[in-house]
Amino acid sequence: MTDNLAHIGPAMTTAFLASLVEAVEALTIVLAVATVRGWRPAGLGAFAGLLVLALIVVALGPLLDRVPLHLLQLAIGILLLLFGMRWLRKAILRSAGVIPLHDEATTFAAETAELREQARRNEARLDWLAALASFKAVLLEGLEVVFIVIALSAGRGMLVPASAGAVAACLLVAGVGFVVHRPLARVPENTLKFAVGVILSAFGIFWTGEGLGVAWPGADLAIVGFAVLFLIVGLASVAFLRRPRIKALS
Amino acid sequence: MNVLIAVLRELIGLFVDDGSLALMILVVILLADILATLMPDLHLAAGAVLLFGCLGVLLANVARAARRR
Repeated sequence: MTDNLAHIGPAMTTAFLASLVEAVEALTIVLAVATVRGWRPAGLGAFAGLLVLALIVVALGPLLDRVPLHLLQLAIGILLLLFGMRWLRKAILRSAGVIPLHDEATTFAAETAELREQARRNEARLDWLAALASFKAVLLEGLEVVFIVIALSAGRGMLVPASAGAVAACLLVAGVGFVVHRPLARVPENTLKFAVGVILSAFGIFWTGEGLGVAWPGADLAIVGFAVLFLIVGLASVAFLRRPRIKALS
Repeated sequence: MNVLIAVLRELIGLFVDDGSLALMILVVILLADILATLMPDLHLAAGAVLLFGCLGVLLANVARAARRR
């Protein structure tokens, strides 16, 4: 039981945390649509987005089984590195105050204003436009969830635990959002992105190395070591970028 | 059509935000691949190039981004 948890835990937790971030972002748009035009177009758009995502997973799953494991490891590893380091870079810059933090309340206000402007211009098509905005939000944020689930599970038989983590996060966010009817601005999104960026980068190094023929010491345990290194470098970068700049005395 | 373009943009955006970061990661992977191919007995050296190369790329990229702003 403990071995099983240790085996599936990292994939499930990473999928849960990453999906939490994406679900919060999608919920903000869906709530904005619901506020301006009601739950019907918001719900229909979100449902259509989820349907397309499910079709993508069903279509991609069997295809991945046909790719040789070595090639799959390399391809997934490279994509995980690109994806994870992109998240980590942005989280470092946000933590250091170099770029502003992502603000769900601001996104909600901007989306609501845009929908109201569309309503002013073209009232007749608004339900369709509102549903489309909801559909796009769920589809686009959901694509990241799908990629993370596939990347964490491909070739390792982890599809069920990784999917369970992602579905749990989406249900949690949808449930809380439905109850509070407000964007979840208090979710520590940047901290989550930092943590997920660290973990995905570590997975990326591991899979890319395996794909190149590197036999990592300690096998799967090497991922923990890589994550610690990425965490140290990330935190050190934040501390370095946050330090007060010393101006040369003229 | 607009949705399709947005999806394609999002797909590319999943992996490429800052073009130079993505390019440098690919260069590091290529270097590790060359090392692993030329010296298969020293596969751990390729692993070290991959790991420390990526960490170095990340450090250099955030430092450059901070300088630019």
